[in-house]
Amino acid sequence: MNTITVSRRGFLASGAAAAAGLTLGFHVPFAGDASAQSVTPEVNAWVVIKPDDTVVVRVARVEMGQGTLTGLAQLVAEELECDWDKVTWEYPTPGENVRRGRVWQNFGTAGSQGIRQSNEYVRKGGAAARMMLIQAAANEWKVPVGECTVAKGVITHAGTSRSTSYGKVAAAASLLTPPAADSITLKDPKTWTIAGRPLKRLDTAEKLNGRQVYSIDMKLPGMLNAALKVCPVFGGKIKSFDVTQIEKMPGFRKAVRLGDTGVAVIADTWWRAKTALDALPIEWDEGPNGKVQQADILAAQQEGLTAREAILGSKNGDVPAALASARRTVEAVYAVPHQHHVTMEPMNATALWTAEKCEVWTATQNAEAALATAAEVSGLPIDKNEVYRLHLGGGFGRRSSSHDFVRYAVLIAKEMPGTPIKTIWSREEDMTHGWYHPATQCRLVAGFDEQDNLSALHMRISGQSILATLNPDRLQNGRDGATFQGLNPQGPESQLGYTVPNLLIEHAMRNPHVPAGFWRGVNNNQNAIYLECFLDELAHSAKQDPLEFRRKLMANHPKHRAVLDAVAEKVGWGTPAPAGVYRGIAQQMGFGSYVAACAEVSVSDAGILKIHRIVAATDCGHAVNPQQIAAQVEGSFVYGLTAALYGEITVANGRVEQENFDTYQMLRMDEMFDVETIIMPSGGFWGGVGEPTIFVAAPAVLNAIFAATGIRVRQVPLSKTSLKKA
Amino acid sequence: MARLSINDIIRDVDVEPDTPLLWVIREQVGLTGTKYGCGIAQCGACTVHIDGVATRSCAIPVSSVTEQQKIITIEGLSPDLTHPVQKAWLELDVPQCGYCQSGQIMAATALLSANPRPTEQQIRDEMTNICRCGTYNRIKAAIELASNTMAG
Repeated sequence: MNTITVSRRGFLASGAAAAAGLTLGFHVPFAGDASAQSVTPEVNAWVVIKPDDTVVVRVARVEMGQGTLTGLAQLVAEELECDWDKVTWEYPTPGENVRRGRVWQNFGTAGSQGIRQSNEYVRKGGAAARMMLIQAAANEWKVPVGECTVAKGVITHAGTSRSTSYGKVAAAASLLTPPAADSITLKDPKTWTIAGRPLKRLDTAEKLNGRQVYSIDMKLPGMLNAALKVCPVFGGKIKSFDVTQIEKMPGFRKAVRLGDTGVAVIADTWWRAKTALDALPIEWDEGPNGKVQQADILAAQQEGLTAREAILGSKNGDVPAALASARRTVEAVYAVPHQHHVTMEPMNATALWTAEKCEVWTATQNAEAALATAAEVSGLPIDKNEVYRLHLGGGFGRRSSSHDFVRYAVLIAKEMPGTPIKTIWSREEDMTHGWYHPATQCRLVAGFDEQDNLSALHMRISGQSILATLNPDRLQNGRDGATFQGLNPQGPESQLGYTVPNLLIEHAMRNPHVPAGFWRGVNNNQNAIYLECFLDELAHSAKQDPLEFRRKLMANHPKHRAVLDAVAEKVGWGTPAPAGVYRGIAQQMGFGSYVAACAEVSVSDAGILKIHRIVAATDCGHAVNPQQIAAQVEGSFVYGLTAALYGEITVANGRVEQENFDTYQMLRMDEMFDVETIIMPSGGFWGGVGEPTIFVAAPAVLNAIFAATGIRVRQVPLSKTSLKKA
Repeated sequence: MARLSINDIIRDVDVEPDTPLLWVIREQVGLTGTKYGCGIAQCGACTVHIDGVATRSCAIPVSSVTEQQKIITIEGLSPDLTHPVQKAWLELDVPQCGYCQSGQIMAATALLSANPRPTEQQIRDEMTNICRCGTYNRIKAAIELASNTMAG
């Protein structure tokens, strides 16, 4: 019934021009489209150069605000030696990646891995393209390639005073055999001129005038809209619904069952679909989970804190013996609740299904996983499916944990073959059907020897495993290694920064029915609260300075210590803070980077917390775009402290109680504080920046609150604890 | 039916009177720069100007707006990114994901129209829109920059 004129194969979202094309529904050719090859030659998978010297960098990872798009383009452009002012970008599709043997490798954008795990091959892509372009010029001039030089996309042969531009030789270059991978030498980062600089983002302008097309803004000719409701109790089912009550409502087209879990209403507009859905009588079969209360979830965690059996995270020495012989011990229990991602753009996807093809337009952190989900639901072979990426209005792990938004959109589209349907989740549906930051508790016991040195530390984490929800097949003998993020004895990913003579870290896995997911920062977040706040307690119990107490345990961890020292020095640790202001410090390593923070806070007699300033340090090995790193550090404090101050998802009768921003508060500008960011890349490794600073946000502030009030906050969020002076 | 003035163009829309203005702007009129974030006037992603006043369009029915009231959306702020607030946002590279920024910019422009030289505390008090990426400090700096620019 509808004719779709948008290109099937060729759509690429690349900046405002393509976005405008998309919304108008006309063909936007993939820059390297075979049909357009003569016009816009693809030098290789990463680099397309147009005759006007415009450089199109292909970006496989996805932009969701973290700046990876610009950073990856900088890395390619650095090796390419092109003119940065002529750089633009585009997303390849996952279907194209499948057809080309995964030439762009991993599309997944989570775990702060965009740059750190693809920098080498994208830089080699840029370098290989440069070599081919120079070779093409040398061939044309019949001179040795070694005599040619390039700067800002202009190739010169000094001996014959000739020069040409990338755009002029790109077509010839695209026909050359690419250089062997081992013949490509990458630049020493010390010589970078494009990477390493605080360049402006490539995707800002269209975010300032409404032209940026987010997934929720997708339009196709003849498109209908759908609203959905899934059983409010996780694991519950839909029993029945009475469509006769809504079928005469304005714009109504169809009500469809979503497997056995929910129902969707399709209408001409989304508001009419939602209005009809709200009026639809639905009967749910809540199942046994309908009786689960928050107290049940907490009781299971508490039981796990001292249960006989637990999964070993790591150990050294003999903790039971060391505790038995300790001169004194200190014990505490900490707890963190479930959190929701709350991307500003609620979940949504547009799908178009026919018996021959299934196409999806959406905001995803992993387009390959989105494609796999589309193929699974569409019932069509993988090569008959395609996913087109649009900008994300936030990801934070929600759009990588599950592609349920693609699943439902395709299920709905299958009900009306040939009609594109955009499915948008209401905020309420989004918040009550998330993949939540796992809720855990931790019991910590420390022992001190005769000299009052820390001799033993036992951490028993009790609670939810993310992998048990999302990837049970990745559990190893029932062990979820991700639970111990930041506490691992070794490794480049998330190494513990302290040496304790006797150490035992365990996990009593207690999985409630609430689904867990990867939430920005993941398990590092609570592990840093547990350890860094408890170390603060231990320092005070030993009447030692919290910084000096940590330093004594960090002799074997110079990079961890360097970031801690850097914030201490900048904040003036050991010198008096402004009157009424108190300091707290924390450090942690995760996603390959070392981070530390020192918070300065005051607490009024009435118990009102004010965060004045936070000094943060990041060693991410190589800093590709310092101003974007600073933006991520600032944003990470907002994200981490929103959770620490307010964030709590609770369950009653098996369903999530919080539905919207009125009951799930966010930190806003009135509470915002100054952030001073120290970027101290020490080289030799590549660490992430989108998440790590979140780890230290809460413990730095909670430790400062203790310094200010003597109140040790062991339960997040802070809103549950009164800071009022007794 | 409703008749609206949006970005200085009169639009007749065929819509139920209780439809929120946000969805009329997005669906009937087709201007998608104004965003849906909560539907209960909490987050501010849907902020537009009605007669110059920043208004959360998700929670007001279209029937409450008259043809005489001038609605300006992010698309109508300037034809070419030349509004001083847009320029300041560009200069300081404010957005991260950008989803809330239409609303932030509309709130900021209304604030500066009413109070061209706001104090830092006034900016903190007036700018209540949520940014989940946490761009608040750059938003504040951009408002201060725009204020200085506009004061010439």
